[in-house]
Amino acid sequence: MNETLNKEAVTSNVAAPAKKKEDTVKKVVIICSKGTIEDVYAALIMANGALADGRDAKMFFTFFGLDAITTSKADHLHTATVGNPAFMPSMPTMVGGLPGFEKFASYMMKKQMDKLDIPNVTEFIEMIDAGGGEIYACKLAADMFKLEKEDFLPEVKDIITVADMYALADGEGSHFIFI
Amino acid sequence: MSTVTMNGQQIEVNEEGYMKDPSQWSKEWANQVAAEHEITLTDKHFEVLNWLREKQAEGVALNIRKVGKSGLVDIKQFYALFPGGPLKVSSKIAGIPKPVSCV
Repeated sequence: MNETLNKEAVTSNVAAPAKKKEDTVKKVVIICSKGTIEDVYAALIMANGALADGRDAKMFFTFFGLDAITTSKADHLHTATVGNPAFMPSMPTMVGGLPGFEKFASYMMKKQMDKLDIPNVTEFIEMIDAGGGEIYACKLAADMFKLEKEDFLPEVKDIITVADMYALADGEGSHFIFI
Repeated sequence: MSTVTMNGQQIEVNEEGYMKDPSQWSKEWANQVAAEHEITLTDKHFEVLNWLREKQAEGVALNIRKVGKSGLVDIKQFYALFPGGPLKVSSKIAGIPKPVSCV
């Protein structure tokens, strides 16, 4: 139904979408514990998507997820071609284990993402940082893998404990996402 | 869907307030919508808005990354110019459809 409003009424009509008022998801804290391409991208896309939608985003990388923020590894992540039943189901598992196959599959996956204008991991992390998102590394995992602050991308704000990670979620409308 | 009247002109908008027909856009519309988002438009804002309108007209699927590579603003500046979801807010001000990209 069309309604004609005078100019004074424009404000209330065109104003910030109704969503704004009832929006209860204000912040996401995304914990990424995995280092495969698909898991890391899921985390990055959700964090970036939150920022792009006007929400707050914090990221906490732990265990193999640390690969995504380790300078020497971030842009060289792989996908699992063995032990991954969703990956080319008609292909015998042994083929997935052939030397170089995982590298090839990972290359193809990255090429496909590039076509969709999805940036590589380091650029994605730069984007999240530029959008006001914060990126942290897990202290326990960093100690375990003998990684220091200088091993991580410059956007990594700090190496923090579990307690610090919970503190990131402080405030109303805050949600955790675990990958 | 509803219509709003601005300067005697009927403007069709969707339920979220995005303009249906980008050709109906005017500076007045931009200023009005920006004010609703508590943004005061500067020349820099208009440079970005005009760029968005041009690209949209060319059929480019817009995303924040492309704006960052436009040479007009970097991503950080884009977020600073249009707080609260830069592409979403700027698209509304620019009178173009709401972006659908996930990146």
